Amino acid sequence: MTTETHNIPPQRGVPDWLWYVGVPVAAVVLWLVYGQLIPVSEWVTSLFPVERNSHTGQAIAFFAYDVPKVLLLLTGIVFVTGVLRSWFSPEKTRAILAGKRQIWGYPLAAFLGVLTPFCSCSSVPLFIGFVSAGIPLGVTFSFLIAGPMVGPVGLGLLYGLVGWKIATIYLVFGFSIATLAGYVMGKMGLERYLQDWVREMNAGPVGDLLDEKMTLVDRLKVGLEQVREIVGKVWIWVLAGIALGAAIHGYVPEAMMLKIMGGDAWWSVPAAVVIGVPMYTNAAGVIPIVEALLGKGAALGTTLAFMMSVIALSLPEMIILKQVLTLRLIAIFIAVVASGILATGFLFNFLL
Amino acid sequence: MKTIKIYGPGCKRCEATEAMVRAAGAKLGVELDVEKVTDAKSIAMAGVMSTPGVSVDGKLVHAGGLPDETKLEQWLTA
Repeated sequence: MTTETHNIPPQRGVPDWLWYVGVPVAAVVLWLVYGQLIPVSEWVTSLFPVERNSHTGQAIAFFAYDVPKVLLLLTGIVFVTGVLRSWFSPEKTRAILAGKRQIWGYPLAAFLGVLTPFCSCSSVPLFIGFVSAGIPLGVTFSFLIAGPMVGPVGLGLLYGLVGWKIATIYLVFGFSIATLAGYVMGKMGLERYLQDWVREMNAGPVGDLLDEKMTLVDRLKVGLEQVREIVGKVWIWVLAGIALGAAIHGYVPEAMMLKIMGGDAWWSVPAAVVIGVPMYTNAAGVIPIVEALLGKGAALGTTLAFMMSVIALSLPEMIILKQVLTLRLIAIFIAVVASGILATGFLFNFLL
Repeated sequence: MKTIKIYGPGCKRCEATEAMVRAAGAKLGVELDVEKVTDAKSIAMAGVMSTPGVSVDGKLVHAGGLPDETKLEQWLTA
């Protein structure tokens, strides 16, 4: 990869010009389709032998509108994110963060956490790679929290389904929680709670794969590959999330929603977190639910807390991290992040 | 005979990478000794942070995502 970058033989398959033409054309087509979603979904709903304003009619309309909308948005976001992230890699991020011991290492780590491509299946080698390169534990946590918490998929869908105001609030607070949680954990001196073998090891130097040359077409290919992989993997969660959202939209009475998820009951925020943590889905699956909850009058703070705990604190991820962290450290990690989420939830229920 | 190591915890893409390496070896007629490294500690020791990683005769040539087929053939014939 380092020596073979020059003299790459001509690629088989699609010629470059087709990429330069095809991507903008696909974007325009998707955009035009996106503009027709309301009439199309109304038409689909009218095919069912139910009253449009009945509970079932409302639920069907929600589903028929949201499924194509979320899938289109998801495709666009994943593609753009995939292309952008092709400029970043865990190796580069590690090199950038290794020199930063000052206070702004935390926000920088959170920022890079959003832009660096990594899948949860490699979070263990990544964690070890960071810590053994001398990146402080707190900075590493900021990175690991920000990745899922303020991922582009969640933000983009929030923007498309709920609106820019709430998407911006989510971005600001999600980013702050990642930064502050890392900072707090950094101050706690938790290195002694790593698994023993992690503390003792020194990872080998990262291979010199850094100067890999990619053409624009290579990057577009990465984007398309990401769409294939991620949309292929999460569509089932998306359908499940929208189905649940549709059920809430059609059948749950507003009065009941106000009682359970309204801002008046103090316990609604912690309850939302407790329910959110064991729920394992991804941003694409949870945002249609959030859309339906907010539409029915759920309080913003409670809903934000629910969304953040579903996305940022997941049990399977904790089980993966158990390889490198002791249970005690995992408990502290959950407690610190959950406190940030609770604070955000209470703040918005109090303000609004 | 080339010694290939594939670093990855056993995710889907790691298996796909192994299949690609074996297929390329068969196609080029290069004899390969393919070993999968799935232990997180060994993966990190090899300097791999994004999986799957691939090393040829002890030298890391790839990390993160599926390798490019043309590049893969170059590594095997180099």
